[in-house]
Amino acid sequence: MPNSPSLLVAGQHAPDFTLRSTADQSVSLSELRGRPVVLVFYPADWSPVCSDQVSLYNELLSEFHTYGAQFLGISVDGVWCHAAFAGDRKLHFPLLADFEPKGAVARRYGVYEESDGVCQRALFVINADGVVRWRYVSPIGVNPGAEGILDALDKLSREPGQSL
Amino acid sequence: MSELKLPVGPGDHVQGPRDAAITLVEYGDFECPFCGEAYPELKIVQRAMGNRLCFVFRNFPLSNMHPHAERAAEFAEGAATIGHFWEMHDLLYENQEALEQRNLTRYATELGLSHELIQSAIRGDFAERICRDFTGGVRSGVNGTPCLFINGRRFDGPATAAALLEVLRSFGED
Repeated sequence: MPNSPSLLVAGQHAPDFTLRSTADQSVSLSELRGRPVVLVFYPADWSPVCSDQVSLYNELLSEFHTYGAQFLGISVDGVWCHAAFAGDRKLHFPLLADFEPKGAVARRYGVYEESDGVCQRALFVINADGVVRWRYVSPIGVNPGAEGILDALDKLSREPGQSL
Repeated sequence: MSELKLPVGPGDHVQGPRDAAITLVEYGDFECPFCGEAYPELKIVQRAMGNRLCFVFRNFPLSNMHPHAERAAEFAEGAATIGHFWEMHDLLYENQEALEQRNLTRYATELGLSHELIQSAIRGDFAERICRDFTGGVRSGVNGTPCLFINGRRFDGPATAAALLEVLRSFGED
């Protein structure tokens, strides 16, 4: 078992990745340079806390968009599971499948929960240059809400060179 | 941890004295089943606490998940303009399975809302107010519904009368 890297901290470059968002589409973090990215790792589609959490973010997409931010969810579920979950909850943002090799991206961000084989409940706000500006890991059973993300985006929008 | 960013003000819907020792704020969604379950529990809490409690309701409709929630909130705000917010609030929670426009119109008519006011709610004229509640809630750390704040601090325990009364009574002893 390779050692998982430690949790990324603010100021570090966010490791690039390419993950499937649907059976025939992929998203690369590097393609999103030039705008902030909100990256939300969560344990599982369909679980009660995750469902509340993603439903809340779904209601806030227009708010995130006012910062020009792209919002991405990531779990170890596969694309078809994501498709069913997104359809059922009417989600309007991509869910990425950290499915094969399982949890590889979560490991690189230091947010893989080895004992349960799932992503931790972790939030990252990445600036337009691909640098982590804020991150938060919530206890796995607690929905972290959105206040931290919005505060981080507020701060980001005041950084030189990050204006929209 | 999470604190109420928008203090309770004159624009809020309140039950009980505004200067009560304890203020309980609920962020709620009229179609949310968990809010529906909390509704009778909160009534018990209000009755038990009497004048020591000021209860406040703010809108937090999760519209993608609950397609009738926003419209229901519009009708509640419409009712508020003629002083019947709480009557509408109660009707909505007591009839959560019947929140279609025709149902809402019937409740509104029963409460004496004019045709114009009903049209206004249907058009979404109260959207700005509802959005203000929602955004203030998000900024305060509302992470789902119902979300309760006791004297400004988010309460993360279960929304049951027993759990709430235990905490509220301990507040009263301070």
